[in-house]
Amino acid sequence: MFPELNNLLNTTPDRAEQGKLTLLCDANTDGSFLVHHFLSFYLKANCKVCFVALIQSFSHYNIVGQKLGVSLTVARECGQLVFLEGLKSSVDVFFRAQAEPHPLQFLREANAENLQPLYEFVREALKPVDDGEAAWRCPVLLVDDLSVLLSLGMGAVAVLDFIHYCRATVCWERKGNIVALVHDSGDTEDEENNILLNGLSHQSHLILRAEGLATGFCRDVHGQLRILWRTPSQPTTQRDWSLTYQYKIQDKSVSFFAKGMSPAVL
Amino acid sequence: MGAGRGKPRALPTRPQYRASAEGGSGADPGGEAGPAWSGVGGAGDVSRPRVSGRRTGSCGLLPLPPTTAPNGSSGPSRDSVEWEGRSLLKALIKKAALGLVYYDLFRDPLNWAQTGEALPGGPLGALQAMCERTDPGPVTVALDSLSWLLLRLPCAALCQALCAMSRQHACRGGGPAAEQLCVLGLLHRELHGPGPMGALSSLAQAEVTLSGTAGQASAHMLRRRPRQRPTLETLWFSVLPDLSLDLQGGPPLESQPHPDPHTPQVDPASHLTFNLHLSKREREAKDSLTLPFQFSSEKQQALLRPGPSPATSRIFYEPDAFDDLDPEDPDGDLDV
Repeated sequence: MFPELNNLLNTTPDRAEQGKLTLLCDANTDGSFLVHHFLSFYLKANCKVCFVALIQSFSHYNIVGQKLGVSLTVARECGQLVFLEGLKSSVDVFFRAQAEPHPLQFLREANAENLQPLYEFVREALKPVDDGEAAWRCPVLLVDDLSVLLSLGMGAVAVLDFIHYCRATVCWERKGNIVALVHDSGDTEDEENNILLNGLSHQSHLILRAEGLATGFCRDVHGQLRILWRTPSQPTTQRDWSLTYQYKIQDKSVSFFAKGMSPAVL
Repeated sequence: MGAGRGKPRALPTRPQYRASAEGGSGADPGGEAGPAWSGVGGAGDVSRPRVSGRRTGSCGLLPLPPTTAPNGSSGPSRDSVEWEGRSLLKALIKKAALGLVYYDLFRDPLNWAQTGEALPGGPLGALQAMCERTDPGPVTVALDSLSWLLLRLPCAALCQALCAMSRQHACRGGGPAAEQLCVLGLLHRELHGPGPMGALSSLAQAEVTLSGTAGQASAHMLRRRPRQRPTLETLWFSVLPDLSLDLQGGPPLESQPHPDPHTPQVDPASHLTFNLHLSKREREAKDSLTLPFQFSSEKQQALLRPGPSPATSRIFYEPDAFDDLDPEDPDGDLDV
């Protein structure tokens, strides 16, 4: 978790809001640092996290998590983290008996119409436990990322339906949060991705958009982050609809600064 | 981030974060007889309460001026990612809702839970069944959102369903169709192409497009009435925390740059070592000058007038020893 980003979002692990859908989006740059931030943020906030990781392996997230102060291995062992490693379990789909449901079952079916098995997996993973022990604070679903589902053959509407059901269960029924990453290829001809991105944008409470600099790559400024609040939680007279900051990713942290105010320039 | 204040602009076909404007208005939910509102939550907000009630009385005030013909019409509200329309929809519902019936299709619209409670035909079937169940009389249906339906159904099917709803309700009510059913739908304009948007616009008698500038939201309302010219109006509004609508008169005040009357006008051409001014004769000569490449009427006449003139150009050619001119085949010496 990056403390500077917490300050920008005006939140801390103790005061994390509930029932929110946060959309992470990246354009011309890699926005995965936001995924690592929210993963460590919610683990530190004592939430039960279901992480659908379709892009990288468990050890990758674990190594980065250790730099940010959380151990995914420990979290998984004590039940705080339910980790679906897409890269490994996608191979299991083909070696399992067909009758057994698998969250990534759509890889096997020629005409998979929806992502219901994946939704069932999420629902099962974030089921509240009634064994009397100190329960986790709230369930959180983290998806990295949704655009790869389009590449794997699902339609944008199927992915929107999956998120819709997850919202109904995780956000509304169980007062949890969802964080999902979608890539913005910037290609206006990629209609499916645009439908997915815009459809999710309209359902989100908070949109974090990491963009590459318009002028190209830079050693000291890695990109620009736009923060858009769609429904302000506290209606104040001065609404912060949108903020834009530039950032530089370092080894264990990310520093944010106003546009043009990079320390390398001043 | 700003948008045109009151000026209609072209509908964007690419998704963009900039706010852009186009007209549209929410609906009047019927005249003085008072509507029963039925809301269908498609992909709605998680915090909507479940309320059910019966039609009780006359409708509440709506922020639209009384010149609006309250003929039950469908009205899509178009919003964008930056200027969201759901709060306006809730405010309009709250303004006029006296008997609110809420249909929750949010939790399981596709019947994945297989609980057996789902109505046949999916959300569209539920919509039609709901219309059959309501009492005859003025009814307004609020849909959150039309985009949800449009992404999953063919546009033609949705348009036909909307028209059929209005016809069925009119047949049951016995009154003219226009005053019976009013549909208020929320549409996200980045999600759909110009075709479906245009089709729904043509069905609608009023459209509201939301945009804004400088933190202030605006609604551009385009109303089409039969046999009258469409009217375009812009309202600046904000939705208060208790879902009431607050209308402002005009765009937010901007400081106009006032020219300072005390500063004397400085002539930049004075105090120079060379003369930049023109005398009266020089100015007249300059004004009467015809530019060489300007196609004036005199030049046009000169070109159109045929005949030899001493100004015609001629080519003088002196062949040298190596030229082999054949007047019948002037290009014979070319090696092609």
